[in-house]
Amino acid sequence: MKLLEINNLRKDFDGLEVIKDISISVEEGQVVAIIGPSGSGKSTLLRCATMLEIADGGEIKYMDDYLVKTDENGKEVYADRETAKRIRSNFGLVFQNFNLFPHFSVIRNITEAPIYIAKQNKSDAKKTAFDLLKKMGLEDKADAYPCQLSGGQQQRVSIARALALNPKILFFDEPTSALDPELTGDILKVIRDLAKEKMTMVIVTHEMNFAKEVADYIVFMDDGVIVEQGKAQDVINNPQSERLQNFLSRVSN
Amino acid sequence: MDFISVSQQLAIGMITTIELFLLTLILSLPLGLGVAFCRMSKNGLVRGITKIYISIMRGTPLMLQLLVVYFGPYLIFGITISSSYRFPAALIAFVINYAAYFAEIYRGGIESMEVGQYEAAQVLGFSKTQTFFKIILPQVIKRILPSITNEIITLVKDTSLAYAIAVTEMFTLAKQIAASEATMMPYFVAGVFYYIFNFIVAFGMEKVEEKFGYYTNK
Ligand SMILES: Nc1ncnc2c1ncn2[C@@H]1O[C@H](COP(=O)(O)OP(=O)(O)OP(=O)(O)O)[C@@H](O)[C@H]1O
Ligand SMILES: [Mg+2]
Repeated sequence: MKLLEINNLRKDFDGLEVIKDISISVEEGQVVAIIGPSGSGKSTLLRCATMLEIADGGEIKYMDDYLVKTDENGKEVYADRETAKRIRSNFGLVFQNFNLFPHFSVIRNITEAPIYIAKQNKSDAKKTAFDLLKKMGLEDKADAYPCQLSGGQQQRVSIARALALNPKILFFDEPTSALDPELTGDILKVIRDLAKEKMTMVIVTHEMNFAKEVADYIVFMDDGVIVEQGKAQDVINNPQSERLQNFLSRVSN
Repeated sequence: MDFISVSQQLAIGMITTIELFLLTLILSLPLGLGVAFCRMSKNGLVRGITKIYISIMRGTPLMLQLLVVYFGPYLIFGITISSSYRFPAALIAFVINYAAYFAEIYRGGIESMEVGQYEAAQVLGFSKTQTFFKIILPQVIKRILPSITNEIITLVKDTSLAYAIAVTEMFTLAKQIAASEATMMPYFVAGVFYYIFNFIVAFGMEKVEEKFGYYTNK
């Protein structure tokens, strides 16, 4: 089943075209890695898909719901409030710099949205949160505050926070880039475990080895377009375009 | 005239001063937040008017504002003013003045918040209102507490300006007694009173800041 479908997406910032005609789709259970040089539009693509940016053209569709589509006059039409709300409950997003709420304890960071947005009862939400913390190896940190955690621990909390809402698809924007190299392993392991559980994920990453290993599918973006996409092994081991060949040789150094 | 008897004579005034102080805070702290919203409004007209209001409040003496609020109704509209209007007039003047200062403090705090906090809340499904009151405001309050403390301490001393429109607050009484009895004692008592008052305020605010000290940003 297709969870997400993006067709002919366009986005510009004050005349600068950052996303030019991008189409991808994500199947249930699939792990898609998005790679590409800095400034190629990877974050912008994720931000359009997660409603943090307004698209200027094309369509974004979650299962049967259109988040945005182009009407017969070529105008972009966004979903109404109700639909947008339903769509939002389908996805989670993990930020590069975590964006935990510093004034909430770890447990409250995780349970606040399930309780007040998803209207779960408190004890269920807490139980889910503890299970998730356990999975992240942080069961003893429930009452700590984000400022008391290392970057890697904070990022695991933010993954737990996203998972607590039970999303069908989880987006990551360079989840390890803000971390010291020795801490990235913990995060990659968490993502690897999620992949084993068939969690659908779209991951923007600079870690090529990780992308090759964990992703089923890799999308290579450059300058706002998809230059190459395909099975992870093929894309990394057998790049067709010169641009991807150059990029891979640059990042492997 | 000894310290105790002067204090007793000034007691009524002390109560008025404390009332004026507390009511000003209770009204101007929330009003200031509203003013801050207007100051950051998307509507240019609202924003412009608020900006002018704030600049007048900050750019003219509080004493002048007191006189305008008190005598304005008579001088502009010919409405007879009774002495019972003195305290309300002082309160109005203090509230609109302090709301302007607080608004600028709130605005600075709100604008210092990282956009990532809003984005994380949005992605989790929080509405704009929930985001503001659950995520943003508590952090803003922690950040602006030192500036708020400064303003509150200034307010304690500013209440004495109400003597300009003859509100029977402490300072007004002190002046009267000092003049009629030809003694420094009332001023001395007044000084002790303001000092102790501010000491308590500073202590209270320190406790509040400690309460918010359970976390740091990052
Ligand atoms: N809010 C914005 N306003 C103006 N320009 C923007 C904005 N956000 C992104 N851009 C521009 O859009 C282009 C793509 O940015 P984006 O962040 O999507 O790249 P990226 O592929 O994620 O890069 P990186 O690997 O460095 O994170 C860049 O040239 C960037 O300067
Ligand atoms: Mg990026």
